[in-house]
Amino acid sequence: MTATASPALVAFDDAIARFDPVLGLEVHVELNTASKMFCGCAAVFGAEPNTQTCPVCLGLPGALPVVNETAVESAIRIGLALNCEIATWCRFARKNYFYPDMPKNFQTSQYDEPIAFNGYTEIDVDGEVFRVEIERAHMEEDTGKSLHVGGATGRIHGASHSLVDYNRAGIPLIEVVTKPIEGAGKLAPVVARAYVAHLRVLLSGLGVSDVRMDQGSLRCDVNLSLRASADAPYGTRSETKNLNSLRSVERAVRYEVSRQAALLDSGERVVQETRHWHEDTGITTAGREKSDAEDYRYFPEPDLVPIAPDRAWVAQLQATLPEPLAERRTRLQTVWEFSDLEMRDVLGAGAMLLIEQTVAAGASPTAAKKWWLSELARRANDAGTTLEELSITPAQVAGVQALVDTGRVNDKLAREVLEGVLAGEGEPADVVSARGLEVVSDDGALTAAVDRAIAHNPEVAAKIRDGKAAAAGALIGAVMKELRGQADAARVRELIVEKLG
Amino acid sequence: MPDPRPAITRDDVAHLAQLARIELTAAELDHLAPQLAVIVESVAAVSAVAAQDVPPSSHALPLQNVFRRDEVRPSLSPQEALAGAPESEQQRFAVPRILGEEA
Repeated sequence: MTATASPALVAFDDAIARFDPVLGLEVHVELNTASKMFCGCAAVFGAEPNTQTCPVCLGLPGALPVVNETAVESAIRIGLALNCEIATWCRFARKNYFYPDMPKNFQTSQYDEPIAFNGYTEIDVDGEVFRVEIERAHMEEDTGKSLHVGGATGRIHGASHSLVDYNRAGIPLIEVVTKPIEGAGKLAPVVARAYVAHLRVLLSGLGVSDVRMDQGSLRCDVNLSLRASADAPYGTRSETKNLNSLRSVERAVRYEVSRQAALLDSGERVVQETRHWHEDTGITTAGREKSDAEDYRYFPEPDLVPIAPDRAWVAQLQATLPEPLAERRTRLQTVWEFSDLEMRDVLGAGAMLLIEQTVAAGASPTAAKKWWLSELARRANDAGTTLEELSITPAQVAGVQALVDTGRVNDKLAREVLEGVLAGEGEPADVVSARGLEVVSDDGALTAAVDRAIAHNPEVAAKIRDGKAAAAGALIGAVMKELRGQADAARVRELIVEKLG
Repeated sequence: MPDPRPAITRDDVAHLAQLARIELTAAELDHLAPQLAVIVESVAAVSAVAAQDVPPSSHALPLQNVFRRDEVRPSLSPQEALAGAPESEQQRFAVPRILGEEA
C-alpha cells in the first residue's frame, strides 16, 4: 500500500472545463438512541474505554442480539423524510471481514434488502434547488474505535500495535447512499457540501441524531469520477472515506477532481480504491484497492428475524415528520418579512434553522439575522467552521440580543459578550459580569464624565451652546473613550443637551 | 427450475480460502474442490423439491418484528470485558498491528 507519485494537479477550473464530474455520497448517521442497536449497552459518546460493552456487542459465544425498536423507527422516519419507499419485508445481513474494529469478525448490516430505498431530496445550492436521488438508507451498527500505538501521528502507518475500545461498536447507524449525482459541473464541491449540510439539518429536525460531525455522529464518504462529457460512460471512481466536516467534504471533492484530471491527462488510469483525506495538507492518499479480495461474503443474519414494517406503523411515523424544509423556508420568509435577497443570504450561510431557533428564544428576526450573518459568520469563517459548529447556541445569541434590548450592553460590548461565550466563559450574563462589560448608565458616573469632557473641549461645548447639536458627537466620543466604550450613549447625549442646550 | 450450480473449481476454493484467511496447500486444494462440489450439488437437490412458490428461507423460526425497547441495561465492567482478551493496554483490547485501513 505504498503511495505512488502522482502527476502534478490540474487546476480545478481547468479540470472542470474538460471533464464532467459524477458524485456519489454515502453518509453515516449515528442515531441518538439511549441504547445500542442490538443490546442494552448505553450509546453515549465519550465514556471511559470499554465501559459500554456486553456479551452481545463483544460477540461472546452464545449471546443473541435483539433489535432496538426506536432505531427501526428512526430508520423509517429518515427514509420517509428522504421520500423513500419503505420495505415491506427486509433482513439484516452479516458483512464478514477481519478488521478488529468489530470483535464479532462481522458487522451486522443490511445488504440487498435495505429498509428504505428509491427516494430523493431537494437541496439548496447557492439559492437554486438541486434534486439529489437517494438510492437507499439502510440500518447497521457502528464499529469500535482503534488507537494506533507507536506510529508518529496515531495513524496506521508505522504503528507497532493497536488498541481497541468497543464502546462505539453496536451503536445504531443509518447509511444514506445517493444515486450517482450528475450535472453538478463546477458546482460539484458545493453540491457535495450542501447535500451533507442539508442532511444534517433534516436529521436534526427529525431529532434522530446529534449530527455532530466533530464527534463522528455524522460522517461522509465521497465517491467521485470524471468522464469526458455528460453523455460518456462513467469513469473509474475513487472513494474518499470518513470526511468529518462540511469544509473537508468540499475540499476533498475539489482535490479529487484535480488529481483525477491530472491522471487522465497524462494517460494514466484512475485506480478504483478508497482514499484517506488529510485535513492538514488538503490532499488524499491511496488506501485499500478495491479488488475481488474485497468480498464481504454477505449472508442473511440468522440470529435476527426479518423486519416487516406494518403499513399502519409506517403511516403513523409519516405523521410525525416535521414540515419539509422547502415549505418551512417559504413560511419563514413570510413570517420574518425578509426579501428574496435577504433569504438567499440566510440560506447561503446555512443559517435558517439557527435564526428560527434564535427567534424562538426571543430575538427579533432582524436581530437574529444580524448576529448570525455578520459577527458570527465572520468568526466561523476565520475558524474555518460552519455556523452550527460554533460553540454558541441560538438561545445564547438571543440572550446577547436581550442584553442589548434592555440596554445592559451596547452593540460593541455585545460583540465582546459573544466572544466570551464562544471562548467558553459561560452564559451571556456570566460573561458580562466576569468581564465587567455592563454599560454605565449610572447618572453620577456619567455626569462626572460629561463634565470632564465639556471642560476639556470648551470650543465644542461652545458650538453646542450656539445650537449646533451635531457637535455633541465629539463629546459623546470623549465620554465613551473615558469609560472604555461602556457608556450608555443615549443617556450621555441627554446629559449633554441638559447641560448645554 | 434454476440452473444446476456451476462446478466448484480449484480456483474458487483458493479464493474462498483467501477470504476466510485459511492457508491451504496445493494438495488440500485438489482434495477439497471435488468435495465442495459434491456438497453444493447435494444442497442444490433441494431446488428439485421446492417449487417456485416456496420462498427461500433464511430463518428456522416463523417470526418477524421481534424488537426490544430502547432501554439501557447494565454493561460489563471493563475488567470483565477485557478478561478474555489475550492482551490489554490502557483499558483497551491490544491487537497486532493492523495492515490495510480502517473499515
